[in-house]
Amino acid sequence: MAVIRLTVNGEPHTVDVDPATPLLYVLSDDLQLRGPKFGCGLGQCGSCTVIARGRAIRSCVTPVNTVAGAEITTLEGLGSPEKPHPIQRAFIDEQAAQCGFCLSGVILTAKAFLDEHPKASEAEIRQAMSGVLCRCFTHTRMMAAIRRYAQEV
Amino acid sequence: MSDLSRRDFLKTSGALIVAFNGLALEVDEVFAQGQFDTRASHVDPGRLDSWIAVGGDGSITAYTGKCELGQGMLTAQTQIVAEELCVEVERVHLVMCDTDVCPDQGTTSGSQSTPTNFNERNLALAAATAREALLRLASTRLNLPVDQLEAVDGAVRGRTDTARRVAYGELVSGKRFELPLDTSAKRKPADSWTVLGKPTPRLDMPALVTGRFEFVHNVRLPGMLHGAVVRPPGVGATLTRVDVNSVASLPGVVKVVTRRNFVGVVAEKPWQAMQAARRLNATWATGPGLPSHESFYDYLKRQPARDAFVVDSGDVDSAFGSTAPVVRGSYRHPYQAHASIGSSCAVADVREQRTTIWSATQSAYPTRSGVAQVLGVPLESVRVIFTRGSGCYGINGADTVAYDAALLSQSVGRPVRVQLSRQDEMAWENYGVPYVIEQRAALDANGRIVAWDCESWSASLGGRPGYQAPGNVVTGLLAGFEPQRVSPGKGGPPSGFNNGSNSAPSYIAGRVGGRAAGTGTITTERVLTHTIASPFFTGPLRSPSRLQNTFAHESFLDEIAAQVKADPVEFRLRHIRDARLREVVSRAAQKYGWQTRPSPSRADARGGVVSGRGIACVLYEGDNGYVAMVAEVSVDTASGSITATRFVVAQDCGPISNPDGMRNQIEGGALQGLSRALGEEVTWDTQKVTSVDWRTYHSLSLGSAVPAIESVLIDRHDVEATGAGETAITLVAAAVGNAVFDATGARLREVPFTQARVKTALAAR
Repeated sequence: MAVIRLTVNGEPHTVDVDPATPLLYVLSDDLQLRGPKFGCGLGQCGSCTVIARGRAIRSCVTPVNTVAGAEITTLEGLGSPEKPHPIQRAFIDEQAAQCGFCLSGVILTAKAFLDEHPKASEAEIRQAMSGVLCRCFTHTRMMAAIRRYAQEV
Repeated sequence: MSDLSRRDFLKTSGALIVAFNGLALEVDEVFAQGQFDTRASHVDPGRLDSWIAVGGDGSITAYTGKCELGQGMLTAQTQIVAEELCVEVERVHLVMCDTDVCPDQGTTSGSQSTPTNFNERNLALAAATAREALLRLASTRLNLPVDQLEAVDGAVRGRTDTARRVAYGELVSGKRFELPLDTSAKRKPADSWTVLGKPTPRLDMPALVTGRFEFVHNVRLPGMLHGAVVRPPGVGATLTRVDVNSVASLPGVVKVVTRRNFVGVVAEKPWQAMQAARRLNATWATGPGLPSHESFYDYLKRQPARDAFVVDSGDVDSAFGSTAPVVRGSYRHPYQAHASIGSSCAVADVREQRTTIWSATQSAYPTRSGVAQVLGVPLESVRVIFTRGSGCYGINGADTVAYDAALLSQSVGRPVRVQLSRQDEMAWENYGVPYVIEQRAALDANGRIVAWDCESWSASLGGRPGYQAPGNVVTGLLAGFEPQRVSPGKGGPPSGFNNGSNSAPSYIAGRVGGRAAGTGTITTERVLTHTIASPFFTGPLRSPSRLQNTFAHESFLDEIAAQVKADPVEFRLRHIRDARLREVVSRAAQKYGWQTRPSPSRADARGGVVSGRGIACVLYEGDNGYVAMVAEVSVDTASGSITATRFVVAQDCGPISNPDGMRNQIEGGALQGLSRALGEEVTWDTQKVTSVDWRTYHSLSLGSAVPAIESVLIDRHDVEATGAGETAITLVAAAVGNAVFDATGARLREVPFTQARVKTALAAR
């Protein structure tokens, strides 16, 4: 066990866990956040995505000690139902979800990429999203929401 | 550690009587998706208070036995209640599938939620009954006859003297209605709708996109522990020994639990439970082995089978014995997985007198029954609270993980949360069934089909547990319950034409018992199905059997059209007599800009990238939604890669509750169908399933090139509502395969259309 300090959605936290524990479990159990989800535990689907140090990472395969001290943003850290972040607003406007379980991967991967590449082409966005899965296949609306956000920022 | 025999276990199970023998059911029951009609339970569906409650503040709570699975039923059902009670959707709180308070509506499946709760019964009838009751109460209060009153925005007021007004909350003030459902209560006519029929944003969307939504995965209880399961290393393997000491020193481990072949570990934290499950030293006796994956379709045809005739006009063989030209085709469809994006999860709190299960099951009441049987506790002591999971598309791991959590919680006496690993989700689920379908058709001199003969082979084991068979999913089997198995036998003549699985093509008349209930014109007709024992669990996967059968029928129809050099749209219309099915075909073709000509457009496409278009259509389940799809594809003849570039879907599901919700279902269904057509296939070796994650089971990612999708919605108010969640997906493999044929002249007869199979088909031209 080890005491690890994290900054999540702007709030400082201290947890006492096995340092090899994947970040996902610390977020969803110790901190009881609902945004990042366990989808595969293998870093293959994206449901556990959070933004750390400005990059979208797969929290299910990221040992918590490797992000100690980093700024971490989860899906709930972007905005709230009352005041959604512009990319969340775009997803609401496009009604771009069905079950909604995959949204951390879809929204945070797109946001981190577009923040870094605001002029990205359609092909580049698709490339950036190529490791993210949605099994309801809400692809058309999700890509429309991502394009809408890209045009707004 | 406990290892009760099933017999001992039964003795302790109190009032429950569980039949372990005689479970070999008719094939139709094995394939049945669940109960569509509302059942009697402690929540009496005949009473208004079972469905609707009006609070003193005018808030409306509605109780339903149909749940949200990502398909939009939260919003659509809320719209029904809001419409009939003349309030905005925000005023209605919908409680879904909590067995303590909701009516038993069986399973949310089979595209039956809208038919069940929109058409003149159940939830909609309850809301209409409540509106009329409120009008009567207001009549007394305002001293005006009912026909001079109207319900508007949560209040009743005079039609002319609108100042005379009383709010719902004042009329009921939180009390019960104490009324039966009124089967003569009038539904609001569609031309007066203000909520239904409008594109209504999903009520759950803001919470979903901002990470606030509570999935079952997020349920946390005081004192809750975390469990993980240890499944056998292969199909049919049995447990011989567990070395508890192998994990005793690991941090957080609370208990190793076994029951027959069920093994699980409970720990303080989820990561600890998963580590312990991984490191537990369990010894298993190897199972009997699996049939070869490579030759499985041949195996499927050689096994003892249960046979059933869907239709048999008796004159088919003689029609083929004549000199008429005959066309033949044989089609194959693999096992496919639900493969939910989130592995399944449940939380169980099993106490001495009371068991509570938080579960994403589609079947709250049946799961309540299954949990009671698995635990050996009285049915009345179990409550299942539906809590959303990730999209399931049929029976994923939700039911089985509810049993896992229940068994572990019972053993440790504390609440336990279990989430399956990705591998356990995908290696042990109830897969969509594999098929071999063989067709032949006889033609007359004018290019009309005069006889159609279809014979199919599929495989079945287990399925939805229903109220009686917890052994139909893996945990139940491991804990000692028997699954429903296919019993071989010959089928007699059908008693009526039932095309619920779309075993029969759209082009036959379906003449059984003096009545033609099919959508087509061909009266010399035979459809024979064979079902064999599956080595893997099977169960409904979105458009179960309907998709596989429709792939075969719609591909074959196209092959016949090509044979007689007929245009695929014109050739379909030549053999369809159902007006609504004809209309969706015509509307899809029109929207696409279909050019009348035979396929292929160029059979000589030897190199480069070529494009084509294909069409398919179906009356889903024979009575549950009309749909047609045109697919446009490009094919890279060098690599064998298929890219779908445009889908046009025309759909007639009767009155539309939420047009945007329907579009969302069409779009998602179409692309899920594309993923299944192009890449999804369950694989296995001699002992175990090998498609267990996203490297080995191929799902189209967000980065994939997907087609533009155009939906033509035909909204009818003079007919009953039908389902709309499984229509589009049913057509994709056929429409894409037909488009590939149009582009290249190569016919794809086996799903998925991998690049290797496309290249083989191209070479075979």
